[in-house]
Amino acid sequence: MSKFTLNGNPVEVQVPDDTPLLWVIRDDLGATGTKFGCGIGMCGACTVHLNGRAIRSCITRVGDVAGADIVTIEGLDPAGEHPLQKAWIETQAPQCGYCQSGQIMQAATLLADFPDPTDADIDAVMNGNLCRCMAYPRIRRAIKLAARELRAGREAEA
Amino acid sequence: MRILLVLVLLLLAALFYAWESPIDPVTPPEADAFSAAAVARGEALAGAGNCATCHTVAGGAPYAGGRPMATGFGTVHATNITPHPEDGIGRWSEEAFVRAMREGVRRDGAHLFPAFPYTHFAHTSDDDLAALYAYFMTRQPVAGGVPENTLPFPLNVRLLQAGWKLLYFDGGGDVSDPGRDDVWNRGAYLAEGLGHCGACHTPRNALGAERDDAAYAGAVIDDWYAPALTAANGAPLPWTRDELFAYLRQGATDLHGVAAGSMSAVVHDGLARLPDSDIEALAVYFADLAGAPGRIEPAAVRDAMAGLDADHPGRALYAYACESCHYNAPGAPRAPRPELTLNSAVTGPDPTNFLRLTLAGLGVSEGHPAAFMHGYAGALTDADIVAIARYLRGPAAADAAGWRDLDARLAELRTALEARP
Repeated sequence: MSKFTLNGNPVEVQVPDDTPLLWVIRDDLGATGTKFGCGIGMCGACTVHLNGRAIRSCITRVGDVAGADIVTIEGLDPAGEHPLQKAWIETQAPQCGYCQSGQIMQAATLLADFPDPTDADIDAVMNGNLCRCMAYPRIRRAIKLAARELRAGREAEA
Repeated sequence: MRILLVLVLLLLAALFYAWESPIDPVTPPEADAFSAAAVARGEALAGAGNCATCHTVAGGAPYAGGRPMATGFGTVHATNITPHPEDGIGRWSEEAFVRAMREGVRRDGAHLFPAFPYTHFAHTSDDDLAALYAYFMTRQPVAGGVPENTLPFPLNVRLLQAGWKLLYFDGGGDVSDPGRDDVWNRGAYLAEGLGHCGACHTPRNALGAERDDAAYAGAVIDDWYAPALTAANGAPLPWTRDELFAYLRQGATDLHGVAAGSMSAVVHDGLARLPDSDIEALAVYFADLAGAPGRIEPAAVRDAMAGLDADHPGRALYAYACESCHYNAPGAPRAPRPELTLNSAVTGPDPTNFLRLTLAGLGVSEGHPAAFMHGYAGALTDADIVAIARYLRGPAAADAAGWRDLDARLAELRTALEARP
């Protein structure tokens, strides 16, 4: 049995502790925005947030997230209007879309740590998120667009 | 015949020397026998000694004992130190408690094994021992004995511990140095006494005693490597007072990495009960022990982070498996993104911590409050992990003895970790 919060809601699942968090999120809790890619933490499609930071849910044992806050693409923004989501639409970043929820979740951690990311920052932090449609140039553009909007928001507050 | 007589006399003398009297049991004191102030101080001191980590089994009642400790001689189980009259220390007088802490002798007169670090606790002051007694006697009594130890004969003969004490126990006493200020002396008192830092960080001899000639030289214990705390530490950047403070207070630093495993428990379950002034004292003491400079220049950070081989075969694996969390901009490492070129698990002389963390990850409650790492035991092959290790170690450090046969150590750690619950 494991207890944690998913997108702000307390959840409790009766599964063995070594069940991958990704399976629990999708199959037991029905949040299918997070995708299965490689199953060994090497492609990034399954990226979610644990206590606010990106992790690969396919190699995370559900027993290890007891008490943690898990956020998936469904919970990144209540209205689906996170600056990254808006930038993704604005730039039409996705092609097939399969890897994109993972890309966005990883990009959110990137921007939290690197508010003005250089190309080198983006390459390094996003390297582990593969896109077989090769949408990388548009993903980079979307990240920079979102960074600009977030910066404008911060300046407006200041 | 005369030789026999001499032998018998020697044996009797040894028995007389080794024998310790029982101290009479007492009626467990009432909770109101102690001042609230003493109990509160005892609680903080029990944090300094990190008593709970050894005297509690995973998921069990605090201080009820039972946790196994693999000593190399056999398994010793930590005892129940709740005030339960039969199963705990409820019938121990303060005198008996103080004797256990100072001399390693049980209330009934039996010698304790040095897995209980009385060799350190013996440095503790009268007032602090009184406060600890007040704290433990006011805990919830918990019934339940602990499993039998598995020490083989004759190591299980407690009387023989008197011989061990004769060889290796100096009797404790005051560790202060009048030539040092109060902050340093407070650090020395906590580190050498209740903190019993040397119990993990000092290598032990064949009979399990901390080696005086190698104090804080670093040691592998319980499948973790407890790094050297002297100038021999060898981290790319020194453990300054600020770095030590950050590590001991929040469980992670920008320039060295996270506290994991038993050290994470020390920080988050034990030292967390101490005020900043005590953490500062420990930082001052250990920075001095290692001869660390006052500060680290930004240029030194940038230089220390440079120099990984972009064409190394481990580079691509690192980029896909590790870099999304571990990348930092040049010269700007941050604790929640442990910088592996500076990280003690990578740069130290023993690969245990790097391999173990890669296999099993870092729990939500360990290390930096914001950091979590999933284990890669099922995701990366031994060859993958070795390639990443070789990439991160770099050519200059690759030949350190402990890092040569990584396959063998990986196999040992995989087996050991699978056996854990």
